[in-house]
Amino acid sequence: MTASTSDELVLPAETTGSGSVVALTGVSRWYGNVVAVNDVTLTVGPGVTGLLGPNGAGKTTLLHMMAGFLDPSQGTVLVGGRPSWRNPDVYATLGLVTERESVPSYLTGWQFVHASAKLHRLADPAAAARAALATVELGDAQHRRIATYSKGMRQRARVAAALVHEPAVLLLDEPFNGMDPRQRMHMMDLLHRMAGEGRTILFSSHILEEVEQLSGTVQVMVAGRLAASGDYRHIRRLMTNRPHVFAIQSSNDRRLASVLMTDESVSGVELGANGLQVRANDFGAFTRGIAKIARTEGIRLTGVTPSDEALENVFSYLVAQ
Amino acid sequence: MNLTIAGMSLRALLGRRRALLLLPMPVLLIGLTLIARLTGAGIGDWGPVVFAQLGLGVILPLTALIVGSSVLGLEIEDGTITHILAKPLPRSEIILAKLAVAWAVTTVATAIPLAVAGVIAGSGALALGVGVGAAVGALAYSAAFLALSLLTRRPVGVGLLYILLWENLLVRFVGGAKVLSVREYSTVLARAISGSTALPAADLPTVAAVLLAAAFVVGGTALATSRLRSFALTGETS
Repeated sequence: MTASTSDELVLPAETTGSGSVVALTGVSRWYGNVVAVNDVTLTVGPGVTGLLGPNGAGKTTLLHMMAGFLDPSQGTVLVGGRPSWRNPDVYATLGLVTERESVPSYLTGWQFVHASAKLHRLADPAAAARAALATVELGDAQHRRIATYSKGMRQRARVAAALVHEPAVLLLDEPFNGMDPRQRMHMMDLLHRMAGEGRTILFSSHILEEVEQLSGTVQVMVAGRLAASGDYRHIRRLMTNRPHVFAIQSSNDRRLASVLMTDESVSGVELGANGLQVRANDFGAFTRGIAKIARTEGIRLTGVTPSDEALENVFSYLVAQ
Repeated sequence: MNLTIAGMSLRALLGRRRALLLLPMPVLLIGLTLIARLTGAGIGDWGPVVFAQLGLGVILPLTALIVGSSVLGLEIEDGTITHILAKPLPRSEIILAKLAVAWAVTTVATAIPLAVAGVIAGSGALALGVGVGAAVGALAYSAAFLALSLLTRRPVGVGLLYILLWENLLVRFVGGAKVLSVREYSTVLARAISGSTALPAADLPTVAAVLLAAAFVVGGTALATSRLRSFALTGETS
């Protein structure tokens, strides 16, 4: 693998073809009696793929197995056709950004990324480090110690170190955690660009919107299993059409209940001591319409809370489909 | 040797507060030697306490433990180890760089102050003996404690048990225990080189001490390399 001398990463020959494919076949991983990943078979190719699932679904375990940091209890994990476990050579074409925010804070951004380039034995480590830092837009802060960086800057430094050798495959575990919206946008742009160069980008997330904005293809994990796989729009449609439950408090709950029952977006209303439980079968129409209905009827809304938005519920619904 | 890893390890090691723990011990050693020398007492009276018991028996193993368990152990603890491991490098190269740094730092913090104390005591042979003995001991200890940091999450605790129970207690009651005591190897070597009465008479043949120290180094390095090859990230199973 060679380093580019410009400030833009150049796609090396290895990033095309099977070198960028991550293939898992019948992969399971258990810790004693606890099964973290259960019989997962999937293939991830060039482009951006989101690994979606609630906390504890086994996403990190799966990524660690792909990255050669965990041995599968069963099944095979291949990166570019080679097993990743106990095979350091695989890192010539693989980059990893772990979830844990671990950076040697005593180094400057430059020292950190440059050391990474040297450890990859690149032909021109300084040029590669410059290009990687420019790619994540850390050029201005590169000579400051990482200890002084914000969370987003540290994350970008980690990404720069992971892509300094222009890997064909880049794995990122919850890369947007703790980032502000601007940093998030920037990171999304970067991942898109890299995917456009033919690289395989796989990132994990427990936030649906992140995956929606970034990725056309998703792998959904629930409780260690691969629950859904494929085009994001299909999965989004399933999610949009599912019934939503809202808890509503108002100045006149009984009257609001009777009005809501006439609305087509509502499939059921229950009047309780703490307000209303409303089941809406059209999330968009209901949330757009509720304020208007209340205003027309002269009712003051004091609380509208989606009560089943916990990701576990969303994912459970997906699995049931 | 991989100078990039060695350089980063050295910075990580000396940049932490734990490194300050290394300072008082050599100061104490040299201070005690100066005081003993000024009292005019014979070296046979105070030498065994200062050089063998304090220097080779306490300062050397404790320093080696602090350094040897930190040089890789702290990176495992804070997760920065992944940056080095996610590189296409033979694991032996990483271990050898770490061992070299641990050895160098331990030697500077123990063998050199011991040699200086030997010079203050007025014996060039003693200075050479304790210096070489400590340097060899430092290497054997470093390899053992480096391996320990990959075998257990509590390398300092396990290392202390070895130093206190095995090297300081068990060897007094079970003669054979000296065969697996690094402290014994360095003392035997120091005595053989210096011929000084400031060190206790040896129980092990010098050649055996050298060979056993070498076995510690080779065994520790091989074990550490093997463990690093199968290093698994745990504790993050979301």
